Parts: sequence; C-alpha cells; structure tokens
Amino acid sequence: MIAQAIFYALAALTVGSALMVAFSRNIVYSTFALLGAFMGVVGIYILLAADFVAMVQLLVYVGGILVLTIFAVMLTAGIADVTVSNRAVGTPSAIVTVGIATSVMLYAVMRTPWHVATTVTALPTTYGIGNAFLGDYVLPFEVASLVLLAALIGAIVISRHEAKE
Amino acid sequence: MGGGITLNHFLVLSLVIFSLGLFTVLTRRNAIGILMGVELILNSANINYLAFAFYGGGKYDGQIFAIFVIMLAAAEAVIGLAVVLAIYQNFKTIDVGATETLSG
Repeated sequence: MIAQAIFYALAALTVGSALMVAFSRNIVYSTFALLGAFMGVVGIYILLAADFVAMVQLLVYVGGILVLTIFAVMLTAGIADVTVSNRAVGTPSAIVTVGIATSVMLYAVMRTPWHVATTVTALPTTYGIGNAFLGDYVLPFEVASLVLLAALIGAIVISRHEAKE
Repeated sequence: MGGGITLNHFLVLSLVIFSLGLFTVLTRRNAIGILMGVELILNSANINYLAFAFYGGGKYDGQIFAIFVIMLAAAEAVIGLAVVLAIYQNFKTIDVGATETLSG
C-alpha cells in the first residue's frame, strides 16, 4: 500500500514535469521542469532496487547534464520567445505521430505475457555491478572511456572560438 | 514488490515519458528544447531496463546497460550543446528552422 502510494507520487512528479517540459512556452521553465523529471526518475530507480544507478543518475543527470543545459540556455540570449510550432512538423502531425507510436507500444505492453520472476529481491547492487564491469563487460567499459575522451576533445574543438586571421 | 505494483505499471510510466519526449522533439524549434526531449526519451528507456532487470530476477545486466545509456547521454549532451553554441555563434539564433544554408 505504501509502495503503491510512493510509486504514484513519483509517477505524478515525473509525468507532470515532463508535461511542463513538452508544453511550456518558455524554454527556461522547461529547463527547470527537467529537474523535477530527473528527480522523479531517481525515485523510480530507487523503487526498482537500483541504488547505484539512482546515484549515478543523480550525479550525471542532475549534477552534470542539467547544469550544462541551464548554462546553454543562459548563454544563448533571446531564446525564450521561440514559439513551440515547427515548420517541418506541425503540432497536429506531431500529435498524430505520437498517438500512433504510443498506441502501438501500449498494445504491445498490454498484450505481451512478460516472464516475471516469482520472487523479486532488493539487495545492494554495487558489488555485483563492479564485478560485472571488470568481468563480462570489461571491453565495453574500456570502449566507453574512449568514447568519453573523444566527446571531450570533440566538444573543445567544436565550441572553440576561432581566432580571426 | 509488495503493494501490487507490477511490471506493467513501470512500462506504462516509461511509455508516457517516451511519448512526451517524442512530442518535445517533434514540436520544438529550439535546439536546446530538442535535446531536452532526447533526454526524456533516454530516461524512459532506462526505466524499462531497470524494470526488466528487477522483475526478471535481479540480474545486473539491465543495470549495466542503464549505466552505459547514462554515460552516452552525458557525451551526447556535451557534444549537442557544443554544436548548439557553435550554431549560435554563427547564426545568432538556435531556431533550427533558420539554419538552412545548406538547403539550396
């Protein structure tokens, strides 16, 4: 009963914030609503017994990506008045596209008989995740560090202001 | 989990977040707004990974994949925002409709 109440509260926080991200006319409000969406998702992760992933989400999304997004919003002046409509895809066709995609996926979710384990356990996960990263997943782990290095250098190269001759 | 929360609850929640993210990506003209929609979509995918990992018996593979998704989202945000700032320096706007110098 308590778990159910917590789930619905977190879902309401997440969906409400996502609604504001999607429909707010002001990009600054959207950015701050993204904070609520990320925090709600952190709570959902904790509810799913993923303590380590929840903390990674808190550090990387809230501490990194969101701060970066706010910086970008503040650094680009005069963006608050950009309207919501898009020339390429108008709001009606976007609603149709999203409606079709959502109904197909909802049908798939509801009709598929998912194999669910009989007993679900909530144990600390850090030990197992660490062993998996340095065991079965050691090659993707090393490639990931290469990707991050490439992203770091690429971001510097792209955003560096070229000195005029 | 007690309290009658099933796998479908989490799948439907993630579906709602995905739909809102897709709507954001399709309707925003603001490049930063499009990036925020992409973040919502990636979060909904992560909820799916963790829900299947939890209800599938507590293996770690789903959580590993969620961490990889978070890592790639961080790289994507860095590159995307660098591109947005470079566009802003050149065009003085980040309206994606205005940056069409290549469209003949």
